[in-house]
Amino acid sequence: MKLVNSNRKIIILGLFVLIGLVFIIRLFTIQIIADRYVLSANNNVLRYITQWPARGLIYDRFGKLLVYNEAAYDLMVTPRQVKTLDTTELCQLIGIEKEDFIERMKKARNYSPYRASLFEAQISRENYGYLEEKIYKFPGFFVQPHPLRKYSFPIAAHTLGYIGEVGPEFILKNTYYRSGDYIGISGIEKSYEELLRGKKGLKIRVVDVFNRDKGSFQNGKYDTTSFSGTDLYSSLDADLQAYGELLMSGKKGSIVAIEPSTGEILCMISSPSYDPNLLVGRARKMNYLKLSEDSVLVPLFNRALMAMYPPGSTFKLVDALVGQQEGVLFPDTRYGCPGGFSLGNGKMVSCHNHWSPLDLRQSIQFSCNTYYCRVFRSIIDKKSFSTTREGFEVWRKHVMSMGFGKKLGVDIPGELNGNIPSSNYYDRYHGKNRWTSMAIISLGIGQGEIGITPVQLANLAALIANRGSYLTPHVIRAIGQKKHLNENYQQNKVSDIDPHYFDIVVAGMHDVVEAGTAASAKIDSIPFCGKTGTAQNPHGKNHSIFVAFAPMNNPKIAISVVVENSGYGATWAAPIASLMIEKYIKRVVKRKDLEQNMINGILLTKSKVVDQ
Amino acid sequence: MREQRGIFQHIDWWVAILFLVLVILGWINIYAAVYDENHSSILDMDARYGKQMIWILASLLLAMVILLIDGKFFSQFAYLFYGICILLLIAVIFSGREISGSKSWFQVGGIALQPAEFAKIGAALAVAKYLGNLDVDIGKTRTLLTLAGILLLPMILVILQHDAGSAIVFVSLIFVFYRAGMSDKLMLLLVAIPLLAVLALGMNKYILLVVMFVSGTVYFLSTRRKIKTLLTIIAIFIASVVYVFSVDYGVNKFLEPHQRTRINVLFGKDIDLKGAGYNVNQSLIAIGSGGFWGKGFLQGTQTKYNFVPEQSTDFIFCTVGEEWGFQGSFLVIALFVTLFFRIIFLAERQRSKFSRLYGYGVASILFLHFAINIGMTLGLVPVIGIPLPFFSYGGSSLWAFTILLFIFIRQDSYRYELL
Ligand SMILES: [Zn+2]
Repeated sequence: MKLVNSNRKIIILGLFVLIGLVFIIRLFTIQIIADRYVLSANNNVLRYITQWPARGLIYDRFGKLLVYNEAAYDLMVTPRQVKTLDTTELCQLIGIEKEDFIERMKKARNYSPYRASLFEAQISRENYGYLEEKIYKFPGFFVQPHPLRKYSFPIAAHTLGYIGEVGPEFILKNTYYRSGDYIGISGIEKSYEELLRGKKGLKIRVVDVFNRDKGSFQNGKYDTTSFSGTDLYSSLDADLQAYGELLMSGKKGSIVAIEPSTGEILCMISSPSYDPNLLVGRARKMNYLKLSEDSVLVPLFNRALMAMYPPGSTFKLVDALVGQQEGVLFPDTRYGCPGGFSLGNGKMVSCHNHWSPLDLRQSIQFSCNTYYCRVFRSIIDKKSFSTTREGFEVWRKHVMSMGFGKKLGVDIPGELNGNIPSSNYYDRYHGKNRWTSMAIISLGIGQGEIGITPVQLANLAALIANRGSYLTPHVIRAIGQKKHLNENYQQNKVSDIDPHYFDIVVAGMHDVVEAGTAASAKIDSIPFCGKTGTAQNPHGKNHSIFVAFAPMNNPKIAISVVVENSGYGATWAAPIASLMIEKYIKRVVKRKDLEQNMINGILLTKSKVVDQ
Repeated sequence: MREQRGIFQHIDWWVAILFLVLVILGWINIYAAVYDENHSSILDMDARYGKQMIWILASLLLAMVILLIDGKFFSQFAYLFYGICILLLIAVIFSGREISGSKSWFQVGGIALQPAEFAKIGAALAVAKYLGNLDVDIGKTRTLLTLAGILLLPMILVILQHDAGSAIVFVSLIFVFYRAGMSDKLMLLLVAIPLLAVLALGMNKYILLVVMFVSGTVYFLSTRRKIKTLLTIIAIFIASVVYVFSVDYGVNKFLEPHQRTRINVLFGKDIDLKGAGYNVNQSLIAIGSGGFWGKGFLQGTQTKYNFVPEQSTDFIFCTVGEEWGFQGSFLVIALFVTLFFRIIFLAERQRSKFSRLYGYGVASILFLHFAINIGMTLGLVPVIGIPLPFFSYGGSSLWAFTILLFIFIRQDSYRYELL
């Protein structure tokens, strides 16, 4: 009996020890081995609140504010804290229907009953005023600042670009961004995103089980402060940009103006355009859809960088330079013009009426097609080249050294290469080495497969103005409060053409304006240089093109103008360029009649979208 | 005066000090559990820690009074004490106050008293008194039925108050029966029945049956393979099959929905973290996030920001786990097990059978509370609302545990008076 009892004592004590051990093993696994409980505990109490910094401002070249931030507010809701409230009043305050209210509450509850979620985004400052007074009536709701981007003038939409909420696929690629952040989507907003966005800050708050704020986590030890974005000083001249957009109203096309000595873009117009404020805030999605669906005007398309045109006669300037550089063309080289250039197969490149023969300078002044067909042939078929291909490749190399056929590297996304066809292209088309200078003769007068963007054309004007070199065109000249120069764009690019070959070309361009094809564009007080062009357009009326720089000596502005489907270069593009030059240099345009004619020239039917 | 000094001389200081340490640790953790930076005065009598301190002082007074009572008193009046408890349990059904779903409270002045807590003492005394009688033979069916009656009467009354948790505690006194000589087979049966029920609910029934079948076969093959053994094994197997299925059926048919969910949550069949699983999940997060050293006194975020419900009462161990970590939890478990060991050690040295069995009753009741309460916070046992002895907030339970323990300390010291 005694033995049995002591056994039973041991069994009972054993059970006590067993349970104690089970507890200790369990504690060991959950407290020391597993780490998910620590995470869960932190998720329970810690709330990470993003501090959005003010995005950098953008100024024009004279210090006019172009892009800024406006206070706006997001209305947030924590469903668990919501008590009975006057739904109708709240709906009225933020302008939604009762059904919306119910729907949004349901969505918020599904996300989390305890955590704040977005109820109404981007409430304007005025509406916020009303809401602020009444918010105490709606427990569970609170307002959180989230600045809105604003554009001072309804101009330069393509250049400035716009911002929008960052997409989910981008968040996966770039760890900086979180859902709800804004990111530059196009224009300067995109290419300078990292400077403009600044640095987000993070506040860690502690909350209790009811999501009530209990103060900062460990006295803010892990909080980070936000840093405002860097301000950018653009080279745009807001007045010139606005003026250009006005001149281009009712027209399709583009104007790009560059300061030749710096490569700074003074204005970059792509028409039709839109008011950049359309792509801001709550209406952004809807407006974007409208703009992107307009297949007639394609207002979102940045023609200045993305449209390719055959440069037409403006390209004769290039041939004149290449010919001299290759030693096959001299100022006194004369070619007779029998009204055109015969291609030998009964076809001919026709020319217009002018006296003949012309020398180099006159050939520019009167834009003789025959002259440049012959110049082109003399380059390609130069005796020292053993094959057409070799001659063509030399020509092509010179052309490309002037910034054609590849992206210039403008600091705005979306720029296209343009197109200077390669010999391989003609090999494919005609058979290997089975093509001659005659087969590609249209290149000599800027027609055919050649494709040039308006910015490349403006850059050509700048290159000639600089007598052989250029700086990569750019729209941001200085960065930050201290206005550090944009160093990416400080390097001078030199073309293959020796500077002294430019003088005769410049003189010819001056004659163009004084007494040549663009005499109608002459400005009495400013001697300037230009060249008309007419790009053949198989789909409709020809495109009117003009390149120019002014003044002739010590140029301040180089410009290209393309007006689609409007006919000869002299009709639209040249007068518009001339008005732009006057506007930029004199700041006031005196030729009001010409100005009115240009503004009123409606060359396209307005689509419903821009008709606001 | 001399007599009094004698009493304090002969009490077992081991148990008394363990009691004091647990009560003080409990109070510190209650303070942490309800701590609010805006009202942090330790002596705030409106706060739970303030009230608990009053109850601790009152329980010390109670302990003193018990030590001064004559040693024969408790054995003499054991049945009377039991009877009073039963009457109170009946009375509370009719005139009690309902607190959180249980109609089991008497309101006496500003204090709410729960007779069920005190009925455990009555049952322990009655069982010890009955089995302490030298004429009683535990082998007889009549004796067993009487014992069952002593336990079932308060259990049924407590269940009528919707306090199933407290009812389970009475079952712990089976250990007293065992110590008093109840047969091993019966004990095995009493242990096997709930164990099998747990397994039936916790694992796949068919796997369970296969395991049982295989182990039965292996057992039979290892014996001398008599027909009688085979028949017994088959009978046990059939009975188990019937039982396993009826447990499952019973749970689905008779348990209230919330009880059923609790069971499902425990066995991982239901992971509703916002409903029944919420408490256990938050409790595990609190304890698990404590790590080895704990987050420090008043630094527990789960505790401070009220993520664990009932944290000063049933889930008080979460505070220990979160703020004192593995080391603190280990210490508390070690203190409890040491206390149980000491009580059993003292029980074994009693000369009177009543005292010895009462000691076993005290250890059993405290142990079951300990096992269920901590097991619950660790997600090992369904959520059953019973307090952790000496730790949990509440006057009734603290006083009941104090009385329970100090009657035993008094019996132990009375040993010397019997010399
Ligand atoms: Zn001609």
